[in-house]
Amino acid sequence: MNIPAELRYTRSHEWVRQLEGNIVEIGLTDHAQDALGDLVFVNLPQVEDAVAAGDTLADVESVKAVSDVYSPVSGRVVEVNEELLDAPQRINEAPYEAWMARIELSAEPEGLLDAAEYAKALEEEA
Amino acid sequence: MEKKTPLYACHEQAGGKIVPFAGYLLPVQYGTGVIAEHMAVRTACGLFDVSHMGEVLIEGPDALYNLQRLLCNDMDGMQDGRVRYSPMLCETGGVVDDVLVYRLAQDRYLVVVNAANHDKDVAWMQAHVTGDATLRDLSDEVAQLALQGPRAQDILLRLASAQDIPGKYYSFTAHRPVAGIDCLISRTGYTGEDGFELYCAPADAPALWNALLQAGAPDGLIPCGLGARDTLRLEAAMPLYGHEMDEQVTPLEAGLGVFVKMDKQVPFIGRDALVARGEPRVGRVGLRMTGRGIAREGCAVYCDGIQVGRTTSGTHCPYLGHAVAMALVDSRCREEGTPLEVDVRGRRIAAEVVPLPFYRRSRK
Repeated sequence: MNIPAELRYTRSHEWVRQLEGNIVEIGLTDHAQDALGDLVFVNLPQVEDAVAAGDTLADVESVKAVSDVYSPVSGRVVEVNEELLDAPQRINEAPYEAWMARIELSAEPEGLLDAAEYAKALEEEA
Repeated sequence: MEKKTPLYACHEQAGGKIVPFAGYLLPVQYGTGVIAEHMAVRTACGLFDVSHMGEVLIEGPDALYNLQRLLCNDMDGMQDGRVRYSPMLCETGGVVDDVLVYRLAQDRYLVVVNAANHDKDVAWMQAHVTGDATLRDLSDEVAQLALQGPRAQDILLRLASAQDIPGKYYSFTAHRPVAGIDCLISRTGYTGEDGFELYCAPADAPALWNALLQAGAPDGLIPCGLGARDTLRLEAAMPLYGHEMDEQVTPLEAGLGVFVKMDKQVPFIGRDALVARGEPRVGRVGLRMTGRGIAREGCAVYCDGIQVGRTTSGTHCPYLGHAVAMALVDSRCREEGTPLEVDVRGRRIAAEVVPLPFYRRSRK
């Protein structure tokens, strides 16, 4: 399972990438896309939406089921990856490139895992 | 405790994601994923383990009479080697199960039932069988593989001789060798494609599975799981028990009126109730989701803001490339082109009534 060292993670299988300033990018991990199976639909938040850590940020649907994507951080949505609306399979193909939303932080993120901690969390889950 | 089919080890070896289903441990998909499996069946061929299906033998001089009472379709006039579909009704006109009947001989029939209903069906049939006929539950003595897709016949021809392969849809041949294994070869399926269902002894199932996969590999044959089985049947608008029908829904409401023979010689169980209930006030429709969203089972359906029914199944169709659903709705809203709305987790998504099936294979 691919777990890039430079990202941070949640136990609900989102990843967080630090961009410039206080902007972060959010996506679903390799483990999440593998567990969900072929994704066929993505519902993204809207730009300017305020989110708190733990809120539902988006949802994704595979052929069989729907799953919520939770915001790992608190802040304001500044950009969404509209490419995913027509090509949700990008999340399966390249989970760490297929970011879903960019969020301007309103508070320092708390409780995120580094790659080693996330790998350990996956082991515990298995 | 779930049972394992005789092919369990094959699924594990092939990387199947195993889930419990109807009392069995079965693969929901393999490494290729549901979409690839779905597309393989539409464009090449797929192989399914359907050993969880139940098989009940009914035999004796009164076997046909009993089937006529138990089933609302007409089994009279069937020839040996033919297969017929029928709902089985309860006294209230609702559906106990839907089954396939194989005529082995004039006084011997094989009834294939849904795994989820197996125990209930056997009890129901046992309680209603009369006269000189006996039931035997063969479910644990029979494995079943489904080879489905436009390449199915070519693949089967590599392992069986042409004269042993049934030519007509809904016909079968019994005790014929496939890769040297004694099989009942049935030209039936649950995918909307041409294909075969092969019944064999459980001990022979792994060898048959492997022989088919090997023979079909050049044609793109891959193993397929329950996920693709469901999207394929839904795209082909084939009803599934527990979704499009159950004991509360009559076959007339479920759009299965063509399999209800009100005037057959032996009146079937549930006939009086169907007469008493009169014209169905609800019926099955196909919906194409025109808005963005995927309706699943049990979503409320609205017409002009008023709830008119519920979805019974729904998914994104890999081959058609859009989302569809089947729904039971007020008979007044069933006309093609009627704009409806479906409540998908709190959002009203636009949908339109479209003709069924959503997908129909082109015939050669």
